Order: sequence, then C-alpha cells, then structure tokens
Amino acid sequence: MSRLRVLAAMSGGVDSAVAAALLAEQGHDVTGVTLRLACYGKTPLSPRACCTLDAIDEARRVAMRMSFPHHVVDAEQVFRERVLQPWVEGYADGRTLYPCAACNQHLKFGDLVRRMELAAADRLATGHYARVVREPDGSWGLHRARDAAKDQSYALALIPYAVLGRTLLPLGGLAKSEVRAHAWRLGLAVWDKPESQDLCFVPDGDYAGYITRTLGETRGSEPGAFVDERGRVLGRHRGIVHYTVGQRKGLGIAASGRLFVLAIDAAANTVTLGPRHSLERPGLVTERVNWLLPAPPAPGARARVHIRYGHEGAAATLHPNPDGTLEARFDAPQAAVTPGQLAVFYDGERCLGGAPIRCALGGAGHDAATEPGAHAPAASAAGAA
Amino acid sequence: MPDTIYLDHNASSPVRPEVVEAMERALRDLGANPSSAHREGQRVRAAVEHAREQAAALVGAKPGELVFVSGGTEGDHLAIVGGAWAQRARSRHVAFAAIEHHAVHGAAEVLERLGWAHSVLRCEPSGLTPPDAVNDLPAGVSVLSLMLANNETGVVQPVAALAARARARGMRVHCDAVQGAGKVALDVAALGVDYLVFSGHKFGGPKGAGALVVREGAPLEPLFRGSPQEHGRRGGTENVPGIVGLGVASELAARELAGESARLLALRRRFEAGLRREIPDVVVHGAQAPRLPNTVNASFPGARSDMMLLALDARGVAASAGAACASGAVEPSPVLAAMGVPRELAVCAVRFSFGRSTGEDAVDRAVTAIAEAVRAVRSAEGAVS
Repeated sequence: MSRLRVLAAMSGGVDSAVAAALLAEQGHDVTGVTLRLACYGKTPLSPRACCTLDAIDEARRVAMRMSFPHHVVDAEQVFRERVLQPWVEGYADGRTLYPCAACNQHLKFGDLVRRMELAAADRLATGHYARVVREPDGSWGLHRARDAAKDQSYALALIPYAVLGRTLLPLGGLAKSEVRAHAWRLGLAVWDKPESQDLCFVPDGDYAGYITRTLGETRGSEPGAFVDERGRVLGRHRGIVHYTVGQRKGLGIAASGRLFVLAIDAAANTVTLGPRHSLERPGLVTERVNWLLPAPPAPGARARVHIRYGHEGAAATLHPNPDGTLEARFDAPQAAVTPGQLAVFYDGERCLGGAPIRCALGGAGHDAATEPGAHAPAASAAGAA
Repeated sequence: MPDTIYLDHNASSPVRPEVVEAMERALRDLGANPSSAHREGQRVRAAVEHAREQAAALVGAKPGELVFVSGGTEGDHLAIVGGAWAQRARSRHVAFAAIEHHAVHGAAEVLERLGWAHSVLRCEPSGLTPPDAVNDLPAGVSVLSLMLANNETGVVQPVAALAARARARGMRVHCDAVQGAGKVALDVAALGVDYLVFSGHKFGGPKGAGALVVREGAPLEPLFRGSPQEHGRRGGTENVPGIVGLGVASELAARELAGESARLLALRRRFEAGLRREIPDVVVHGAQAPRLPNTVNASFPGARSDMMLLALDARGVAASAGAACASGAVEPSPVLAAMGVPRELAVCAVRFSFGRSTGEDAVDRAVTAIAEAVRAVRSAEGAVS
C-alpha cells in the first residue's frame, strides 16, 4: 500500500492504540485523535472530575511512543445530543437503545469523517474488530472479524456505506491475544489494560442510577404495576428504567415459575412479566435500515438476523418496506426481541446493514406489533443456540 | 521543525544558536559549584554573575536586584506569596488583574489556602485593565500583581499608571513581564514596580531559566530555604547552564530589540491585512489596544478552535488555541471572557505569535493555509446535521 494520510481514532484503550501504531509502523502518515466525549461525573471508578483525561493521556503516550501527532477534539455536544440523550430518553420510553452503534454512527464515523477531510487525510482508522473487504462486484463490504469472539461488526452496522471505502480496520484479521502481543512488542504501556465491559459513560454499571440522575426523579422512575400477560397485577415495579425486555434478575417478585420481562409500556407505566416461552416472537419490524450495500436487497432475501450484541443470529427472511423500514420473519421464533436494540443482518461473513428494532411481530399479550397476515407459528424451541 | 510554519513563539521560542553554544560551553567547562571557594568554583560564579548583569540590563534592573528562578511560575509565586507573606503583619489581602496568567491565579490560591483574601481588577473590552480600577480595591492590599502584556491577546497593559496609583495606596506591585520581556523595551524603574519576572524561553533562551527582579527595599520572604544562594532569596544550587543561556539571550534581545520589534510589527500588519483579505469576517481580539508586535489572537466565526488547530497542523502551521485545557474541552479562554467576548466567538479563537524565525514568506504561506483551514472547518461544521 502506498503511504496514506490516516486519521486514527484513539480511545485510550489497547485496541485503537495498536491499530494506530501498526499503521504508523507500516509507514503511513498517522495523526491520532481522541474524542473528548463527556465528563462522566465522580464515581468510585472515575475519581477524576473528567475521566476522559486518563484516556487522553494514554492515547497521547502511544502517539509519543510511535512519534506521530495527536489531537484532542471536543465532541461532547454531539455525544450528548446523538448518543446520551436518546439513550436515557429511550429508557424512559421503555426502549433499551444500543448507544455504541449511535456513537460509531455519529461520532467516530460521522464527526471524525468530517475531521478527516479537514485534516486532509485519506483514511479513517479505528480499532474495531471487523474487516473492510472489496467485494467481487467492486462494492465495499463490512465483514465479521477473523476472531469471532471479538467481532464488533454489529456495533458498526449504522455507519454510512460511503465511509467504508475510506476506512481502515487494522485489527479485523487479528486475535485479541495478537493485538496485546503487538502492543507489548511496540512498547505501548496500554498492552495489559483491562477490557472495558460497561458503557463508557456509566463506568459503575448503574444504568438506572445514571438515568435517574440525568432525567430527574420523575420520568421512568415512578413505581408502577407488574402485570401478567392478561393484565392481572402481580406486584409493584420500581420504575421502568430499571427493566429491559428479557430481564429475569432483579425483579424482586415471588412466583411459581421463573418470570421474565416481556414488555414495557411507558404510557401505562406497566411492566409485563411472563414465562420464557412468552418472550418468543416470530419476527420484528425495524426503524429505517442503514444498508452497508450499494442498494437494499430484494424482498424475500435471506439473512441471519442478530438482535443484540453477542446474539448468535437467527435465520430469517427480509421484507424491506418502501419507507426504508423492514420486516424480518424468523425461521424459528426468537426470545427477547427488544425495542431499541439493533437488528443487524448478515449474509455469511458480510454485514448487510442494520436498524434499531421498532417492535416485535405479534405474539400473545403484545400490543405494539402490526400483524400483516399470517406469520410463523409461535411455539417450538428458542432459536438454535 | 523543518517544514512547520512555527507561529507559537508565545508558548516557547526556539533557542538561539548563540545561546546553545554558550550553554554547551557551560555544560562542558563549568562543572564546579558556584558556591565553592576554590578557583574552579569562582570561575563558575563569575559566569553566573556575568549572566546576572546581562539579564538585569534587559529590564533596567541592578544586577543585585536579580534573583534567578526557574521561570515565570516560580517568579510569580516568589513575588506574590513571598511578598504577601513578608507583609503578613500589615495585611492578608492581595489583588491581581482578571487577565493574569494561571501562575498568578495559582499563587493567589496558595495564599487563599493560608487564609488570605484576594480581589480582581476588571478588564475592559479593549483588553486593557483601566488604571482607575485600582480605586475599586479595598484598603490594605499588600501585593497587586499586573502582567506587562497578555500572553493570549498581546495587549500591553498600562502598568506604570496602574502601579503609580497602587503604590500611592501603599501596595507593593508585582509585574509578570514574561510575555513582554525581550519583545518591548522594558525598564523596571520607569514601570515603578517592586517585583518583575521574566523567563528565558520566551525570547530565545532555554526553558527552566528565568529571573525575578526584587527592587531594593521590596519585602520578600524566601520560599526555598536551605543554603543562602541568591543572597538568601532562593536556596538551591544554581542552574548554571540555564542561567548562562538566559544571560546570552537577554543580551541579544536587548541589543536587537528596536530593530526586531519594528520588523515584527510590520509582519503582524502584513499578516492581519492578509487575514482580513482572505477571511473578511475575522475578528482580531484587542486590536484597538497597544499590543505586542508579535501576537495576533483572532477568531474565525464558525470555525471552532480545536478543529482549526487540527486543520492547521495538517497544513503545517503550528499555533495555539486561546488556552486549551488538558482535557481538550473547548472552553472559552478566561481572558477573552473577561474582555466580554461572546462565547461563540471565543471558542473560535486562535493565537498566532511570531519570533525571530518568522519571515514574510512564512507569514504569507500561513495566511494561505489559515484561509484553507477556515474553509475546510466551516464546510465540515456546516455538514454537521
């Protein structure tokens, strides 16, 4: 590859550090950029008032070690408007959004693409585990990482197709252990930095507490009724922000069988509980789909649909609607189709695109689904595990 | 800095070759301790005292009034904390101008922690601290700190007029001349101040070497104690190579001052005319006040400074944002805020500062690059949906 001018997004973690460092080592003209996203407040895990400072320092040290320039750019406003606020509003609305996809869409592959242009760079690089591949038909394809356990293509499903051809994902072919080995070999101090598990802006994992602090004590935090599928009251819930569809733990309710959250109705302030088999749905309807293809697939196309991060995927038939939304019908019903989470479509290794789930297709006691005619019978076992 | 157009001399100005040469000689040949009685020690002492004469001459001080310190921050602390402490029986109140450097705010913070109060002198929209602001200060202020020229805007303050009023009210006056020394003619007696600090690396000397003038009769409690170096005013073995370098840089700056400041002023006018031609809505801060000949602080409306620095760096221009915080947050500079510059304009401020290495060609190329960067940032910002 000829020498490229690369803008490398650096979060302060080992993955993006190695991605940037490998490109620099290959002789590319790398400029590191760390987005300053937010002050996360004072929690035990982030004693500094502005905990991105540590991440910024780590990224800067990597850049110094590899002798390339590094900049910090303030993206707090975009982060708040496009990622944080929709996420907390979603919870108050009974939907569990996946903020990492919005962050990739609006920050790393949105804001940073514009910065790439103003830095006169040719490519944007990140430390995501996924691959950008030139397809036989000349189009660009986003593929799963070689290291299936680390694959992050799900989180990239909302990035614009037009950016793919200008994106470098140097870790797509590497295993995590290899990435750490590169970090060690290159003398990067982050080589043994632990994985981050929780959402970066809720480092203590207390989502409900964070949402309550952000929204105030009223919306989504008022206690209400747990009901069963027929609407009978089972008990009191602590406020809908504490629950997500498919949740079993922390319900604080005694029942004969194990109960799961089936649905959340923000308007009625109720949380519907029921047995596991009632979680299963024959399909889903999405919001507008972001296709990582030059054109949407034909109606009736087959794909595997992943309905949350780490989901193994379910075989389904896709029915794109003229308004850009889509209906997917599973071959076998799937448990916990959660409004707000992403549905991401795959054809083998290739990620075709994705969209937030608007609602599940009909099932017992579910109110939101539009049921266009017949659908696969709801029964049988949960999707092949 | 081979290809870079370096317009950040207010941050630090490259060390002059004559200074490098003198410091190399000092490192090689002046190995003894200047406090030692033997002839080797005396040789080093002679070099330190020669540098004291050179540095004192730059600011019209007597050599005996000069205390070598590590730079501006230490000098500000020694004058303000040491000066206030020495007068503690009389008063526990200090004052400074709103636009002072962080180092002055830091020294005031030390005193505050020890029970002192402080008052702040207002700043006018022009960037000047009006002399009659001294009348607003409460009685009993022991030390008033005033900067000679502001580091961000370059606005030269009416220190002599302010100091005369302050001294008439019984205050001791400290002048932070770090940005002014070596750039404008400077005479400590004419200014009528009790303390004055300057720092070598702002005018071609090394980092880590500066001097505080303590005029005869000015009260001072030393902060570093131990051995009686600097006549007991600052303990610790002298930074001999740094002091030698400071001396040479001071002598060169004093000798060339008139010609160099006229040259820089012509460059500044050329640069500002170029900016106004290329970017007609540019706002030069402090343009109505007397300014350092080398400093231009300009806002390009709609082009936020963090984006500008990235775009300028990519185009080979080194400049500074108002006063970037370590976290990279785009906070309006307190100096511009004190001048009443609206926030949306203040977050677009970039400081360009010239020095000996800056020529007409660099200025012209910088104007072209800045215009390009402004267009790139504005179109990128415009694209934010």
